[in-house]
Amino acid sequence: MNAITPLPLRRSRHRVQQPTVTLAHGGGGSAMRDLVEDVFISAFAVHDDGAPLEDQARLSLADLMTRGDRLAFTTDSFVVDPLEFAGGDIGKLAVCGTVNDLAVGGAVPIALSCAVVIEEGMAVATLRRIALSIAATAKAAGVRVVTGDTKVVARGACDKLFITTSGVGVIRDGLHLGIANARPGDVVIVNGPLGDHGAAIMAARDEMAVSTSVASDCAPLNGLIGDLLTAAPGTRLIRDATRGGLAAVLNEMAEASNVGVRITESAIPIRPEVHGFCDLLGLDPLYLGNEGVAVAVVPAEQVGPALAALRAHPLGVLAAAIGTITAERPGRVVMDTPFGGTRIVDLLVGDPLPRIC
Amino acid sequence: MTMTEPFHDRDTGRRLIDRIGEKLDRLGATERAPIHLMEVCGGHTHAIFRHGLAGVLPPGVEFLHGPGCPVCVLPMGRIDDCVAIADDPRVILTTFGDAMRVPGSKKSLLQAKADGADIRMVYSPLDALALARRNPDREVVFFGLGFETTMPSTALTIQRAEREGIANFSLFCNHITIIPTIKAVLDSPGMNVDGFIGPGHVSMVIGLRPYRFIAKRYNRPLVVAGFEPLDVLQSVWMLLDQIGCGAAEIENQYARIVPENGNPQAIGAIGDVFELRDVFEWRGLGSIDHSGVAIRARYARFDAERRFAVKGVTVSDPTSCQCGEVLKGAIKPWQCKLFGGACTPETPVGALMVSSEGACAAYHQYGGLRKGAA
Repeated sequence: MNAITPLPLRRSRHRVQQPTVTLAHGGGGSAMRDLVEDVFISAFAVHDDGAPLEDQARLSLADLMTRGDRLAFTTDSFVVDPLEFAGGDIGKLAVCGTVNDLAVGGAVPIALSCAVVIEEGMAVATLRRIALSIAATAKAAGVRVVTGDTKVVARGACDKLFITTSGVGVIRDGLHLGIANARPGDVVIVNGPLGDHGAAIMAARDEMAVSTSVASDCAPLNGLIGDLLTAAPGTRLIRDATRGGLAAVLNEMAEASNVGVRITESAIPIRPEVHGFCDLLGLDPLYLGNEGVAVAVVPAEQVGPALAALRAHPLGVLAAAIGTITAERPGRVVMDTPFGGTRIVDLLVGDPLPRIC
Repeated sequence: MTMTEPFHDRDTGRRLIDRIGEKLDRLGATERAPIHLMEVCGGHTHAIFRHGLAGVLPPGVEFLHGPGCPVCVLPMGRIDDCVAIADDPRVILTTFGDAMRVPGSKKSLLQAKADGADIRMVYSPLDALALARRNPDREVVFFGLGFETTMPSTALTIQRAEREGIANFSLFCNHITIIPTIKAVLDSPGMNVDGFIGPGHVSMVIGLRPYRFIAKRYNRPLVVAGFEPLDVLQSVWMLLDQIGCGAAEIENQYARIVPENGNPQAIGAIGDVFELRDVFEWRGLGSIDHSGVAIRARYARFDAERRFAVKGVTVSDPTSCQCGEVLKGAIKPWQCKLFGGACTPETPVGALMVSSEGACAAYHQYGGLRKGAA
C-alpha cells in the first residue's frame, strides 16, 4: 500500500558544523551523531567494513584462544594538563598508557575502548587532532579502538577533556610475569632515560616560566617488550614507570617480592636537560613520571641478551642495567651515590612539589 | 655536559674525603667526640642527604641541620591566617609548591584547596602578578615566604605592581632574615656548633659582610658554600682547616656565584619595599627579634595583612613536638619522641617533616630511620 520507495541509506559522513563543542553535542541528537561520526568514528575507522554500529564490540573467542590462555584486561583515565605537549598529547597518552599496562603483564594488546568526557567550549579542531592522534598511536601499536563513548559536560564540570581507555590483550601459555617474582641476584634494567615525560609536562604548563627542549617519551612499549621476552624468556617482572616514577616501581617490587633493591645512581640513564631542569626546580628525576619507560627484572644470566634486544629496538637505544635485587633490607630501595655514599629511595607522599630555593 | 657536572667528579670527591680524614685525625676528632658543623640552609641539608655525603665522611665530623628551611620554620598560626585569606571567595591565593602541605592548626593549604578555596601553585611571584592582570575581578594574594633568596623577587613584583597600577594584587608577607636566626642558634644554651656552612643563595643577595659578627663575637668560622657535592665537601675541608689553626674567618667557597658585596640592586629593592618587624614568630624557635620583614607603609595597599584584616593568630606547637631542639642542633631527628611514629611525611606533626629540606623529612626519606642505617 505504501507507494513511496524509501531512499537508500546514506553512508556519507555527517560533519560537525560549529567550531566549538556545545552541550547540544552531548544531547543524543543529530549534533551528537555528527560529532561522533565526524571526529571519532572517521578517525578510528571503526565501521569501515560497512558493518552496522552496535552498542558493543564483538571479539572472536576462537581467535583469542589461538594466541594464549589468559585474557588481560585493564583500564586507565587520563586527565593531563595541557592537552598537547612536546612529544605527545592526551590521545597518544591514553592509548600508550593502556597498551603499556597490558604489555608489561606480558599480554599482546588486541583491542581498546575509548570514552571521552568533553567540557563545553572545547575547540572541535583540537578534538579532531587528538582523535587522529589516538588513531595513529593505536595503529602504531597494532591495536584497534573498537568501542567508545562521548559525553559533553557543562563548563567547569571537567577540565577540557578527560579520556578513559580500557584494553584487552592475550597472555601466551606459560608466561607468568609478576611483581612478587624478583629474586636476590636478579638484575634491574630500564629501556631508556628517566623523567622526560614529567619534565616535558611541567615545562609545558602555562604558569611555568622555565622552558626545556625535553619531549615526552610517550610511546607504546608492546613491540619492545615482545622483543625483550623473546630474548630473555626468564624475565621475572616488568612495570612501566608512570606516576611516582622509577622510585615508585622499585619500592613496589621490593615490598611485593620481599627483597631489597640496590641501584647505582651513575648507571641510571637521565638526559642532561632533565638533570638541569630538576636541579633548577628542586625535583628528583627518580620521582618524575614516564610514559615510555619499562623497568624489568631479569635473571643475571639473561641480562646480556635482554640488553641487546632492548638496544636493537628504537625505544631501547639507551637501555641500561641499573641495579640488582638483594636479600638484604627487604622492602627497601637503596641507591649507591657516585661518592660511595648510599641513600634510601623512598616513596613520595604526593606529587613532587618544587622547592622554594 | 651540564654546568654542574664538574662538581660531581668522583675522583676529586674521594681525594677531598681523604684530606678531610687527615684533618680530622690531626684534630683528634672521633665518632665520640666529633667536630659539629651546622649547615644553616635547607638546600644543603637536602644535598647532604641526596648525595649520601654524611655516610662517606669519616665519623669524626657530624652535620647539625640548621633552621634554614623557610617552610619548616613557618608557624602554624600563619598557615591558619593564610587559609582564612584563601577562604574569602574573592581571593585567588598563590603560593610556592612546598608550602602547600605545611600543616596549620586545622588544615593545610592543600586541604583548603580540596575544600573549595581557589589556591594555585606558582613558580614566581611574577606569575601571581600575571594572574592578577588576567583576573581583574578577583583579589590575587601571593603567599610570600623565604629568606633573602626569594625576597628580591617579591620586592620587584610589588614595585612592578605599583608601576602598573594593579589594584587587585597583594602580598601575605612571611619573609624572614637569616642573620637573627643564626644569632638565635649561637645564643641558645648548650650550643655546640664548631663551624657553619653558610647559605649560598642567601649570600648571593646579602654578600659576606653580615656574617662577620659570627667570627668576631662568637669566634666561629663560616664558609659560604654551593650546593653540589664537591661544594659541600670543599667547604667542610675549609672549615676544618680553619678550626685546625684556631682561626675564625668568613670565607667564600661559592665565589662563582656569590659576590663579596652581594647584589646591591636586590638589596636596594628589599630596602625599598620591606622593613624589619619588631618581632616574628618561628616554628620551633619561638619569637626572634627583628627576624621578619613587613611591607613598608608606602606600599600598604599591596599588604594582604592590612587588606584582609588578618587575625594574626598564635598557635602553639604540639607539646610533644621537638622541632625546636632539632633546629638548634640539640637533638638528632631520630631522637625526637614522635619521629617515624606519630610524625611521618604522610602525617607530619612538626614542620621539619613537611618540606624535603626539613631535617626530619630528609632523614626519613633518604637516611632510613637512623644515621648510617643505609
